[in-house]
Amino acid sequence: MSMFNVFGIAGSALNAQSLRMNTTASNLANADSVVGADGQPYRAKQVVFETVPVDGKSAQGVRVAQVVESAAPMRLVYEPANPAANEEGYVEMPNVNVVEEMVNMISASRSYQNNVEVMNTAKTLLQRTLTIGQYAAQPPGEQ
Amino acid sequence: MKALLDDALNVHQTALNLRAQRQELLASNIANADTPNYKARDLDFRSALDSALGRSGGTLGMTVSAPGHLAEGSGGNRLAAHVGYRQESQSAVDGNTVNMDVERAAFAENSLQYEASLRFVDGVLSGMRTAIRGE
Repeated sequence: MSMFNVFGIAGSALNAQSLRMNTTASNLANADSVVGADGQPYRAKQVVFETVPVDGKSAQGVRVAQVVESAAPMRLVYEPANPAANEEGYVEMPNVNVVEEMVNMISASRSYQNNVEVMNTAKTLLQRTLTIGQYAAQPPGEQ
Repeated sequence: MKALLDDALNVHQTALNLRAQRQELLASNIANADTPNYKARDLDFRSALDSALGRSGGTLGMTVSAPGHLAEGSGGNRLAAHVGYRQESQSAVDGNTVNMDVERAAFAENSLQYEASLRFVDGVLSGMRTAIRGE
């Protein structure tokens, strides 16, 4: 029954979008983290989506292939008093683009909603399928 | 009687199956709305239904003339012949051709058509029942 695959497809998308949302949250939270665990400034992370076959031949879900670090240049802020400043008084700040991250967040949230809707519709249709013949089984006028 | 019921339900059963498969394709499109280089696909419902009911007008139907021949639809995915890629209306930088408005509209339409087929099945069944009871 291929309608059940819809749950697999939409579920994989929900998973991928929530991972994207997680990445965005991490980026926004660390937008000002000058020093990370490795002693370097935090680098923005981005997810890369790819299709993945779900069960059948035609059904294609989505998964996060990898999480890449942004190659954008670090933000340099002039702050001579900061202990992390270099000889010229500049502090390397994370290369997180806050506007980009907000847009990413909205996009992920909308995609998530779309897939929830898809799941709900499939559920309604399947429930309706389970009642095939039940209306017919009742004598006319008793529905 | 058996043939009568079969004939009455066959079309709707096939249509329901195809609608479910189309629903799956459309769900794939919606799920992959953000996947780079994903190309949206859809099912040509009319031709798929025609070929599933065995009234294809010469489209990819195979003749079985020897016992060793594979029957039509036994090998590979017969449905794949009727699945095509969508023409993109606005190109995206990442090579993705999913247009969410089109997909959502197609999804809603397909759901309604599925429900309509369910109603038809119910109608056939209750019609048969009325005939049997003779009320």
